[in-house]
Amino acid sequence: MNTIYFLVQQTMFFSIPLLIVALGGMFSERSGVVNIALEGIMIVGAFSGILFINTFQAALPGQPILLLAILVAALSGMLISLTHAYASVNMKANQVISGTAINMFAPAFAIYVARMLRTVQQIPFMNQFRIASVPVLGQIPVVGDLFFTNTYLTTYLGFIILVLSWFVLYNTRFGLRLRSCGEHPQAADSVGINVYQIRYAGVLISGALAGIGGLVFVIPTSTNFNATVSGYGFLALAVLIFGQWKPSRILVAAFFFGLMKTIAAAYSGIPFLATLGVPNDVYKMIPYLTTLVVLAFTSKTSQAPRAAGVPYDKGSR
Amino acid sequence: MKFSWKAYVRSDAFSSFMSSLMAIIVGLFIGFLVLLVSNPSQAVRGFGAILFGGLTDMKNLGQVFYFATPIIMTGLSFGFANKTGLFNIGAAGQFIVGAYAAVYVGVKWTSLPGHAHWMVALMAALLAGALWGLVPGILKAYFNVNEVIACIMMNYIGMYTVNYMVVKTVFDSLRNQSLRVAATAVIPKAGLDKLFITGNSPSSVNAGIFIAILAGIVIYVVLDKTRFGYELKACGYNRDAARYAGINEKRSIVLSMAIAGALAGLGGALLYLAGAGKSIEVVDVLAIEGFNGIPVALLGLSHPLGILLSGIFVAYLTVGGFNMQLYNFVPQVIEIIIAVIIYFSAFALLLKGFIQAYLKKKDRPLEEAKALAADAGSTEKGGGVE
Repeated sequence: MNTIYFLVQQTMFFSIPLLIVALGGMFSERSGVVNIALEGIMIVGAFSGILFINTFQAALPGQPILLLAILVAALSGMLISLTHAYASVNMKANQVISGTAINMFAPAFAIYVARMLRTVQQIPFMNQFRIASVPVLGQIPVVGDLFFTNTYLTTYLGFIILVLSWFVLYNTRFGLRLRSCGEHPQAADSVGINVYQIRYAGVLISGALAGIGGLVFVIPTSTNFNATVSGYGFLALAVLIFGQWKPSRILVAAFFFGLMKTIAAAYSGIPFLATLGVPNDVYKMIPYLTTLVVLAFTSKTSQAPRAAGVPYDKGSR
Repeated sequence: MKFSWKAYVRSDAFSSFMSSLMAIIVGLFIGFLVLLVSNPSQAVRGFGAILFGGLTDMKNLGQVFYFATPIIMTGLSFGFANKTGLFNIGAAGQFIVGAYAAVYVGVKWTSLPGHAHWMVALMAALLAGALWGLVPGILKAYFNVNEVIACIMMNYIGMYTVNYMVVKTVFDSLRNQSLRVAATAVIPKAGLDKLFITGNSPSSVNAGIFIAILAGIVIYVVLDKTRFGYELKACGYNRDAARYAGINEKRSIVLSMAIAGALAGLGGALLYLAGAGKSIEVVDVLAIEGFNGIPVALLGLSHPLGILLSGIFVAYLTVGGFNMQLYNFVPQVIEIIIAVIIYFSAFALLLKGFIQAYLKKKDRPLEEAKALAADAGSTEKGGGVE
């Protein structure tokens, strides 16, 4: 039983950032802008969030500073995603190239600033954010052990973002407009929707969520930030596609990938898996391999937003 | 045919070149601003080191060619795929499996005689890279899978496969990296170590740069002078039209990706067989050379010969970045500059439009004058008849 508790708790640490970032990617792509810059935006978000914690940790108590850091991460993520929005919407540039530029810029920027400010590129922080047991809820047998002990505020934040995303996408006017801009921007324009504005909004939301996701990834899994999020942005992109650009499926995909990551990281501690003798690298590979296989079977009927990646030009038909 | 400067200035190639040049200037300018903000007193000297660091002595100049070799190969890989309408972001995976194949042959197949050894190692890398490119190609052609995603997945699969295989087959457990290759597997220096030397320390440059240049020329010939290349490019412009014209577009996609993969794989071999003491480290980090090929290709406008030049240019900046450390700057400035250059090269289309519009505007008075002159000429002529 303890092994299962441990597995579920660990899976949360890996799944929640994937969930948040993939939902971010969803907003961008459903508005019609491909965002492969998620990795870079995560790095920027994690960097500024951790730098904020590092600077103010002595002055402020645990949970409030975490919430403020999340805000900082979201804002910095939006700021960097603004460059992507400008390139893809105003300049009608190749969105993959602009995303690649951000992915290249982010780690260099994080290392540069860290070394200029602190002379080393790692930024340490004290982990005072772990909640050993949530009051009352943590006492519930089984459920309490699974979801309310050894946890972080960020886990619940992830679920809140999921519910909000689902609600916004399917039950608000903005969500409908966003989806229409990703499917058929000309039609959306013809009924008076400002395609440029909606696409800006989509990219900025994705920037905020990817920024948060970067911070959420680093906090439970490390004690310093070393200018990398270990390819989680690309993994989130896989989750997004695996999840067919739909919040509920993204949830399933994020937890599947998170579980695989957990197994790869902790399989030697799980008696059943340790005896199988499957090498660690195989577990690490499984999320990527499954994505390829699933894509091979589903791409003929892919539900990707039809206009994703295509710059919208008012003048063209 | 006589070369006309004026016609050249109005040509597509020229405005493309100008837009690349503008991206470079903006990138360098922002790099200078970064230096200025972080340390105003040293900024000018630091920037000078970036601009001229590659030229300070013969060893540095040699290092430029050494660093250029792998990124020219991954640049060719990306550029070739780009010319055929594919976005090969999978060079990192292709590069590292190529490197592994080369190192494996280099360590294990010591029975091969002299020069055959390194050549076989290069061939192995070529094949491994081609295999890694083949997978996204097949998925794209027959299963309609977006090659960007398939390539990203293949990058990670390649990295983990190589990590696993290095540990299984050619592991140096003390240093947590691959074993050194046999001396016969190292690419010959071809006298370059005698030329690019400062004092007693020679540069790491070797015959690999010639192989990279040769690869660029071969790709140029294939793309521009053969029917095969024409078919590949036709598929890049318009898949449906190509199919209508009787080109097997599925086969073209698969072959393009395989060739792109082979180029990147060869790049991996050229780096790890350079004899500069580099071994494959067992870490969960994608090969950076794979991504550095993208700016090289974009700057070179995906033209094989342009890529040779831009690869040398980017390597020149990299060496400059090392020199800049003398003034206590962090070398990541170079990556920031390159990122900014890529970002602005994404605007190439728009910049090109601006340049062409500007030239047209400039031409207008000239054309009007010509038209007037022509009019005047005809009336004069008419007057003459009268």
